[in-house]
Amino acid sequence: MFGFLLRRLAVLIPTFIGVSIIAFSFIRLLPGDPVALLSGERVMSPERHAQISAQLGFDRPMVVQYFDYLGGVLTGDFGTSIVSKKPVLDQFLTLFPATIELSFCAIIIAIALGIPAGVIAAIKRGSVFDQGLMGVALVGYSMPIFWWGLLLIILFSGILQWFPVSGRISLMFYFKPVTGFMLIDSLISGQKGAFTSALSHLVLPSIVLATIPLAVIARQTRSAMLEVLSEDYVRTARAKGLSPFRVVGIHALRNAMIPVITTVGLQVGVMLAGAILTETIFSWPGIGKWILDSVFRRDYAVIQGGLLLIAAIIMTVNLIVDLTYGLVNPRIRH
Amino acid sequence: MADATLTPKAAEPVSSAQMRRQMLREFWFYFSENRGAVIGLFVFLALVLVAILAPVIAPHSPFEQYRDAVLKPPVWAEGGTATYILGTDPVGRDILSRLIYGAQYSLFVGLVVTTLSLISGIIVGLLAGYYRGWLDTIIMRLMDMILAVPSLLLALVLVTILGPGLNSAMIAIAVTLQPHFVRLTRAAVMAEKTRDYVTAARIAGASPLRLMFRTILPNCTAPLIVQATLSFSNAILDAAALGFLGMGAQPPTPEWGTMLAEAREFILRAWWVVTFPGLAILITVLAINLMGDGLRDALDPKLKRS
Repeated sequence: MFGFLLRRLAVLIPTFIGVSIIAFSFIRLLPGDPVALLSGERVMSPERHAQISAQLGFDRPMVVQYFDYLGGVLTGDFGTSIVSKKPVLDQFLTLFPATIELSFCAIIIAIALGIPAGVIAAIKRGSVFDQGLMGVALVGYSMPIFWWGLLLIILFSGILQWFPVSGRISLMFYFKPVTGFMLIDSLISGQKGAFTSALSHLVLPSIVLATIPLAVIARQTRSAMLEVLSEDYVRTARAKGLSPFRVVGIHALRNAMIPVITTVGLQVGVMLAGAILTETIFSWPGIGKWILDSVFRRDYAVIQGGLLLIAAIIMTVNLIVDLTYGLVNPRIRH
Repeated sequence: MADATLTPKAAEPVSSAQMRRQMLREFWFYFSENRGAVIGLFVFLALVLVAILAPVIAPHSPFEQYRDAVLKPPVWAEGGTATYILGTDPVGRDILSRLIYGAQYSLFVGLVVTTLSLISGIIVGLLAGYYRGWLDTIIMRLMDMILAVPSLLLALVLVTILGPGLNSAMIAIAVTLQPHFVRLTRAAVMAEKTRDYVTAARIAGASPLRLMFRTILPNCTAPLIVQATLSFSNAILDAAALGFLGMGAQPPTPEWGTMLAEAREFILRAWWVVTFPGLAILITVLAINLMGDGLRDALDPKLKRS
C-alpha cells in the first residue's frame, strides 16, 4: 500500500509542478504588459514601471522568477489580489467553506438518490421504472445547469415563492462566521429562524449542482450493478436461499460500489466547474463566483492563484479516491 | 457459411466495398435496435436542416428590433400574436428566428471543436502510444495537467488570455476536450501495437507513419467515434455556458447561451425569454447524447447489452 502511495505521488508531483507552470505563465501570456496588469496601474512613468517591475521581480531571469513563484506557493503565498490588495489565499480560505457547504449538500443529494435509483433500475431491468429512470438520467446528464437553475428560480422563487432567489442567508440575520459553514454558524448563533433561513437558501443551488453528478452516479450504479448481478457468486448466493435483500444489498452492492466510488470522486472536478455557474446564478459567495468576478474585474492575480488552488484540491481529492480504491480493491495496487 | 465456401461463386474474394456495405448494415442493425438513438438521430438531422435552411424558414431577421413589440409573450399566451410565435426579447427581436439562427452557431461550435480536438488528440495519442518512452511521459503528464483543472475553469482562463469571443471559446473548449482523445488513442494503440498484423506490416517494411495511420488507427476508431459524439454535446454545452457567462459569443450574436445571459434579468417578468433558448440547448444536447448511447451499443461489442 505504501508503494502504491509513492507511485501515485510520483505522478502527482510532476502534474502539480506542471499546473504551477501554467499558472505562472498565465500572467505572462496575457496580452499587454504583465507589470501594468499586476500593479493595476494603467499609466506609469518609466521610473515607476522599473520600480514595480523590480518589486514584483520581473527584472530577473524567467527561471529565477518561476522558482521564486513556486517557493512562494509552497510557503502559502499565492499572490495578492490586484483589486482588494488582500492575499489570494486569505480570500480563498474565507470563501471556500461556502463552496464546500454547497458541494457537500449536492453530493449528498446525488449519492442518496443516485445509488438507490441505479440499484432499483438494475434489479428491475427493462421495466417501466428502469426505462423512465434512465431517460430522466440522460436528460439530467444533458442539462445546461445554468438554465436549469433559472427555471427553478422562476418556478420556486417566482411563482411558488418557496425558496429565496440568492445569497446564503436572509439579511435579517447577522452573526460572526465561526466555521464559515452557514448551517453550523446559524445553529451556534442561537438566533431563531436563522438555521431554517440558511437551509432554505441552500435548497435550489444544491439541486442544481447535484443534477449532473446525480445522473452520472445513477447511470454508473446501474451498469455496475447489472454486471455484478450476472456474476456466478450472486447466483450462488441466490441458490443458497439468501433473501433477495441480502443478495443485492450485501453481496452485489459491495462489489458494484467499487467503480461507483471512482465516479463519485471524479464528480468533485465536475462540481467545482459547476460551482462557477451555480454560484453565479444564485449569487452564492463561494470560490466559483469569486473566480468569475475576478475574470471580469481583470484581477489576474486571483485567477492565477485560484487556478492553482483549485487544481491542487482536485488532485488531492483524486489521490484520496485512488487510495480508497486501493484499500477497497487490493488488485489495483499492482 | 461452410457450405458457401464450396460453391465457386463464394470463392471469389469479397470486395472491400461489399465488406463495407456489410459492416454498415450490421452497424445499422444494432444502432436501430436502440429506439432512443434513432429518435436522437432524427432530431439531430432535423436540427442540421434547420441550421442550413435558417434564412429560408426564419420568419424574421435575428437582429431586427421591433420597438413596438418588446417582450411580447408567445402566441398561445395572453397578449401573444402569431407574428412572433415564441414571443420577443427585451429589445423586440423575434425569439423563434434567433433560435433558428442559433442552431447554426451551436452545430458549428460542436463540429469545429470536435474536429480540432479529435485530430490533435489522435496525432498526439498515436505518437505517445507508438513511441512510448520520454515522449509518452511528457505527453501524458501534460494531459494530466489539463485534466487536473475543471474544464470550464480552464476554458475561462484560456478565454481570458485569448479575449472573449466565439473563436477563443472554441479553441479553449477544444483544449479541454482533447486529453480524452489522447488517452483513448494511446490506450488503443498500445493494445494493438503488439498484435501480429502490426508486426507483419512492420516486417513487410511499412514506415512508422504508415503503421500508425494506416495499420493501427483504423482498428481504434470505435471508442474514438463514441468519444467524438460525447465531445460534440459537451462542446455545445460548454460554449453555451461560456456565452452565458459573457465570455463566449458576444451579443447581439443569436447564440443560445448568450441569449440566456441577455435574458437573465427578465426571468421573473418574462419566462419565455429564458425558457426557449435553454430548451433548445437541452434538446440538441440530449439528441446527440441519445445518438452517442446508440453508437456505443452498436460499435463497442464489449459494452453491448449493459
